[in-house]
Amino acid sequence: MSEMWTAKLRNKWQKNLPIEKLLPDDQPAYVASWIYVFGVLTLSALAMIIASGIVLAFEGPAWYHTSDVGKFMNSLHFWSVQLFFVFMVIHLWGKYWMAAWRGNRFRTWATGALAFVASIATAFTGYLVQTNFDSQWISFEAKDGFNSVGIGAFFTVTNLGQMLLLHVAFLPLILGVITVIHVLMVRRRGVVPPIDAEPTPGSGA
Amino acid sequence: MSVSKEAKHAFDAAPWTGKTKRYDIVKEGSIAVALVAIVAIFLSLFLGSPDDTPLTFKGWAISNPDNFYATAVQELSGSSGTATYGAPYNKASDGLNVGPLWLQKWAGVTRPIDTVNEFVIAPLSTQVLSTEIASALATWKSAADSQKHDWAVAYDDAITKAEGKISTVPAGAYGPVPVLAQGLTDMAKGGALDAALLSQGGFFQTDNTKQILFFGDGAYLDEAGTTANLQGGTWGMMNETGRYPGQAWLWLYSFWYQIPPFNNENSKPIGANADAYIMVIMGIMSLGLILIPVIPGVRSLPLRIPIHRGIWRQYYDENGIKRRKK
Amino acid sequence: MTGWISDFMNHPATYLKSGWLQISVSNLIVIILMLTIFALAVLIPFPKDKEDHK
Repeated sequence: MSEMWTAKLRNKWQKNLPIEKLLPDDQPAYVASWIYVFGVLTLSALAMIIASGIVLAFEGPAWYHTSDVGKFMNSLHFWSVQLFFVFMVIHLWGKYWMAAWRGNRFRTWATGALAFVASIATAFTGYLVQTNFDSQWISFEAKDGFNSVGIGAFFTVTNLGQMLLLHVAFLPLILGVITVIHVLMVRRRGVVPPIDAEPTPGSGA
Repeated sequence: MSVSKEAKHAFDAAPWTGKTKRYDIVKEGSIAVALVAIVAIFLSLFLGSPDDTPLTFKGWAISNPDNFYATAVQELSGSSGTATYGAPYNKASDGLNVGPLWLQKWAGVTRPIDTVNEFVIAPLSTQVLSTEIASALATWKSAADSQKHDWAVAYDDAITKAEGKISTVPAGAYGPVPVLAQGLTDMAKGGALDAALLSQGGFFQTDNTKQILFFGDGAYLDEAGTTANLQGGTWGMMNETGRYPGQAWLWLYSFWYQIPPFNNENSKPIGANADAYIMVIMGIMSLGLILIPVIPGVRSLPLRIPIHRGIWRQYYDENGIKRRKK
Repeated sequence: MTGWISDFMNHPATYLKSGWLQISVSNLIVIILMLTIFALAVLIPFPKDKEDHK
């Protein structure tokens, strides 16, 4: 009798991503540089974006124009996005110069790069739903790029309703899934060893 | 003597069996969240965020009535930016192409807009009208399509000849068009056009496409964009209103619009289709970013420019590790 | 957020131009900050681990 699907999945999961890898209490000695904090800083900024975004979603897109608390929440959301991109790009620079895709870590790199592209798309829809002059300008200009390659036929940047739903629901979900996969990949494969490190016979380093 | 490429690959891929150190992942995450929250709160309290008031048709018609008036005539004559755009709004133009790919046209007219009726006649018709405008509307509605077109085009041409100065346009066979345009301008000045365009199609409206397109057909939106330094040809895509930081991450997308042939609308085929070419280029470059690990040259640059010697300095020093020979 | 900061931040930005290159002071500050932070992150020594493991 063939093995149960559930057992197969459970065994694969336990083999590749046991709880000790998800919540470790040690790491390789070479993880000793400040460049390593930028991944978790990026995630933290994303958490701030989502938290402030949830408050803005609850009060509707026009709230922040007339409420002091709303204005503060909008500012939190705006600056969290600025911090998010700053940390993410520095994280990308670090990972590039470490050639962090080595040792079967192509998917870790790929999901990271995909998260970068998805972040730009999500941020873009955010700029469109500010319901202010900037939104008017950006939607009028951006329509030309999308229309020119046929995407504008179904992705209508001047349609506030569509952009709002994509920004608040669809795109954060996509970005969230990509981010979770990326982080799980890091946990699964571990932090990439240094470029000049090699196996030497007889030593543990 | 360095180990072989294969051995190095196997080593990089294998679980680490060397020296480790204590690591509290939950503590690190908590500290990071707290730090970022503090910085974000500080920036928000100290600097706020941008929120420039949206423009209105009322503002346009009051600050530049001649330009609004002329745009209204263009919507009736079919010469406005929207009326001549092509897909997805109408079939007036084939749109842009990249070589044999006419993606804009092929995607079809999925957001149809009739500038004559939806931008001018219908909004005017919602109003309680003076006898003069009511009569002009009746004349327009009962005329044949070709007659409507002739009137509007004749007036549009006359306005262009007068370089937009409406008061200097000579009399001519324009039918009810001047009265209709004046009616719409007055309606805009009073604020009723903003409301009428928004409520078109029903009680609940969540789609601002028609308003934005009508808006962009005139000079008001464009001039506001220039004043705020947001024009695409001067790196505007990266900018924010006021002194706030913008979107530095769009630098590469914005870059192409600054250089020939993309910055010259008259240069065929690329300049005239810049939007489409640049979209394709950025699509390829985004794919390139994802595929860096397999792109020769790019993938080996970190090995040749050893910034990693700074990153892993502590580990290299403690273990006396020199640079690997490839 | 006090009035004068609001007036300052909502004022049109200053742009540095050189030929076809143009950048707002705000964006330039962000980019210089990023490059500086990257350089510091790579160069500043990381605290050594106090206890040995394994």
